[in-house]
Amino acid sequence: MAGTEEGSTPVRDPGLQPERTRMAWRRTTLSCAVAVVLAWRQVLLTLEPTGTEVVLVALLVLAGLAFLTAAHTRMRTLAAPPSAGPPRTMTARTALLTTACTLILVGLGAAIVL
Amino acid sequence: MIFTDRLRALAADLRLWFAPARIRNEGSTPDYRFSLANERTFLAWLRTAFALIGGGFAVDQFLPSLHQTVRTVFTVALLAGGALCALRSVSHWVRCERAMRHGEDLPATRFPSLLGAGVGLLAVAIAVVVLLGWSR
Repeated sequence: MAGTEEGSTPVRDPGLQPERTRMAWRRTTLSCAVAVVLAWRQVLLTLEPTGTEVVLVALLVLAGLAFLTAAHTRMRTLAAPPSAGPPRTMTARTALLTTACTLILVGLGAAIVL
Repeated sequence: MIFTDRLRALAADLRLWFAPARIRNEGSTPDYRFSLANERTFLAWLRTAFALIGGGFAVDQFLPSLHQTVRTVFTVALLAGGALCALRSVSHWVRCERAMRHGEDLPATRFPSLLGAGVGLLAVAIAVVVLLGWSR
């Protein structure tokens, strides 16, 4: 098993797998932020300033925050020291949550554009 | 029967979608590095989805001289591609994770080539529209 040596002194994984995965989460969070900002701009440009606009922007911000929270939780798990043992596999809940956030962006965009 | 096999696989997928913790009860836990690699692949597909969605919004917002209908078609095509990518990313992650837990081969997929063809067609369509000068 990587991460442990004879004599059970845990060492860093030489392949830096947790670090790479953590950075992949960061990249994905940044991509999500760009998409949320563009969707926000879409709402502001397309709709008149009414109650609907406020609701849609709130929904966008909520989806973005949900993604951020899921990513942050996962990144903290991956940042645990090697002595904590190998990191746990990502839960299907995290995967579904991030996908749901993505789909909210699409649904919102389609609703505005069409 | 291939068809019933497919149906059974789909049912197993859907069960996993709605009972996420269940995947840990199947088979044996693989080397964590393989799971992390699978997670990074999932994230890469999710980024692809975000790129398509962002591209869709960008087409609508930054090409005002394009004909209204053409613009909407491109925007919706890109948004739909993004949604498809996102759905497929989580489905592929679940199927790979389960295959690894059971020591099976990873699932074969033709999604990347379909996506590549779709994006290529879209690019050609945009080039044609620009060349023909279909603007307001």
